[in-house]
Amino acid sequence: MKRRRLWKFHGGVHLPQQKTISTTMPVHAAQLPKRLVLPLHQHIGASAKAVVEVGDNVLKGELIAHASGYVSAPIHAPSSGTVVAIADHPIPHPSGLHAPCIVIETDGEERWVEARPYDDYLHMDPSHLRNLVREAGIVGLGGAGFPSYIKLNPGADKVIDTLILNGAECEPFITCDDMLMREQPEQIVEGLHILQHALRAKRCIIALEDNKPEAYTALSAAVAKSERCNIIEIVQIPTIFPAGGEKQLIKVLTGKEVPHDGLPLHIGLVIQNVATCAAIHRAINLGQPLISRYVTITGGGVSQPRNLEVLIGTPIQELLEQCGALDIEPQRLIMGGPMMGIAVHTSSAPIIKTSNCVIAATDDDLPSPQPVMPCIRCGACADACPALLLPQQLYWYARAKNLERIQEINLFDCIECGCCSHVCPSHIPLVQYFRFAKTEIWSQEREKERADLARQRHDSRLERIEREKAERAARLQKKKQALKERSAGDSSKKAAIAAAVKRAQEKKARQQTKEPSANEEDSSQ
Amino acid sequence: MLSAILALGALAAVFGIVLGYATIRFKVEGDPLADKVDAILPQTQCGQCGYPGCRPYAEAIADNRADINQCPPGGETVILALAELLDRDPKPLNAENGVAKEETTVAVIDEQVCIGCTLCIQACPVDAILGAAKQMHTVIESECTGCELCVPPCPVDCIAMIPVKEHYLTWKWPFPDMPKTTTEPEK
Repeated sequence: MKRRRLWKFHGGVHLPQQKTISTTMPVHAAQLPKRLVLPLHQHIGASAKAVVEVGDNVLKGELIAHASGYVSAPIHAPSSGTVVAIADHPIPHPSGLHAPCIVIETDGEERWVEARPYDDYLHMDPSHLRNLVREAGIVGLGGAGFPSYIKLNPGADKVIDTLILNGAECEPFITCDDMLMREQPEQIVEGLHILQHALRAKRCIIALEDNKPEAYTALSAAVAKSERCNIIEIVQIPTIFPAGGEKQLIKVLTGKEVPHDGLPLHIGLVIQNVATCAAIHRAINLGQPLISRYVTITGGGVSQPRNLEVLIGTPIQELLEQCGALDIEPQRLIMGGPMMGIAVHTSSAPIIKTSNCVIAATDDDLPSPQPVMPCIRCGACADACPALLLPQQLYWYARAKNLERIQEINLFDCIECGCCSHVCPSHIPLVQYFRFAKTEIWSQEREKERADLARQRHDSRLERIEREKAERAARLQKKKQALKERSAGDSSKKAAIAAAVKRAQEKKARQQTKEPSANEEDSSQ
Repeated sequence: MLSAILALGALAAVFGIVLGYATIRFKVEGDPLADKVDAILPQTQCGQCGYPGCRPYAEAIADNRADINQCPPGGETVILALAELLDRDPKPLNAENGVAKEETTVAVIDEQVCIGCTLCIQACPVDAILGAAKQMHTVIESECTGCELCVPPCPVDCIAMIPVKEHYLTWKWPFPDMPKTTTEPEK
């Protein structure tokens, strides 16, 4: 086969892989935990809304929270049991704050709701297929958690030239996609067929880094067995971080760049993670919603680093115990990889849909941050930046809290990969500055919205007061008018009386003139 | 000599007519500077600046009747933004107007104690309090600006200012610790 031409993206770093420590053991299902904790917000977009109540019995795969809005995803019960709480619980989030979760106490019976597989997807309308993916609660399992069905809706006029499956998995330590490709390549290829059908894609590429030869062999065998193998190509790309970033992978495979304000869709590409693809296969062909995923449990803090098939909602603590958690202090828990992952504040936090890896890190795995030195303007960060940004300049603006200028130099194109911080000889935590600036900008936007609302309410209040005043004045005016009219009516009566008196007097006078002279003095009175 | 005077006079007349027409034709309604200032102010309508609301304060700033450092809820951010807009030097918040709040707060009515006097409803600048005479009142939290204007009128002291609980979706990454050394060049 002709070797495919590959391109290079700007920057990137070579990192020690640390992957082989967790690939020695085959994947098996993790033990069923006593309690499953399911945060209502596990994806990008609006939180799901619970449709169960405390005390409800749920079956495995049953809908427990439905999507609220277009960018949202439903959540299903990962095992059968009873809902014991819908309350705030620790979640894997850098803030360490709690969030609303549905807590299910499992009954150990693993009773499924009636599964409704759809084996005839080839005759299914793409929009119907999309809805099934949506109802299965599938979101991007690579880490971002973007609802997958939206990517399956390119619009009627868009032609999808290439569908890319992302199996690059470029971050150190993480091996869950690698193990999935080794052990379940058929699921991935099946899922790929479904995606290809839904998008009417002309070609498909499965891309993985060249440090995964076993996965490459397994996938090649699975593709060779499938009936439409002629449009599927498996491409090995050079191992360099962050080759698994969406825009970086597209650059490597096609030489094209995704526009700064655009999506891969706009250049005829759709890119999905391999695990997402396998989940789509299970949703369509087996009728199973997204309730479990492969998770890498690794790092020096566990004696048997490995991959497990974990039910969503399993507390991290239980997984650490199953992998032989050692008592190494201080143990830092990282969810995700060492470059882009987040620190988890408590091991009672659950695995969520986007959790690909848990690192129980010792100081050997991840050295503690070194003392920060002043920037020497060496420019190494700009050389390493895969998004073609100027991290040093972004840093100065972030430090000065100049949030306008920092947006002008495209802060929001930063993918927070951490290459700049990694290469910085002064150990400046550059990404921390960019994360700070991003969240600060969002917060100010929210403040602005609140201020606008308050202004509007204040204005309408003033208007209301003005109107009430005018109404009161009008009422008063009306009353006065009525009073005046009444008094005017009184005067007419008086006039009538006066007229009557006058008439009477005149009559009297006339009578007196007829009876002459004696009473003249009286009448004049 | 005469021709030059005539020519200049004619030019002056023509430009005068054009300018005069333009002032009428392109007249700007309202006060655009006050609008811009008003857009920066936090709209709490608290009156701590000494003006009855954000709009009057904005007009006072635009007319150069008020200083830019009289808005405690806006704090440093607003002062800096106003300084840039008006090309004035930023200065610290005027202590006479109050101190900047550490965290955002909202008013909460203790509904057990409320006697339904409606005084707080009349005081609220954004109509965020719901209730009627001799009926229990309550604050619409999402509309409350935390101005505290409802607190003093309450005859039974049942309104408390409660800090807003941090939410994980609106949480902000903290500003990283600065390097200790002072040799860093400033930009």
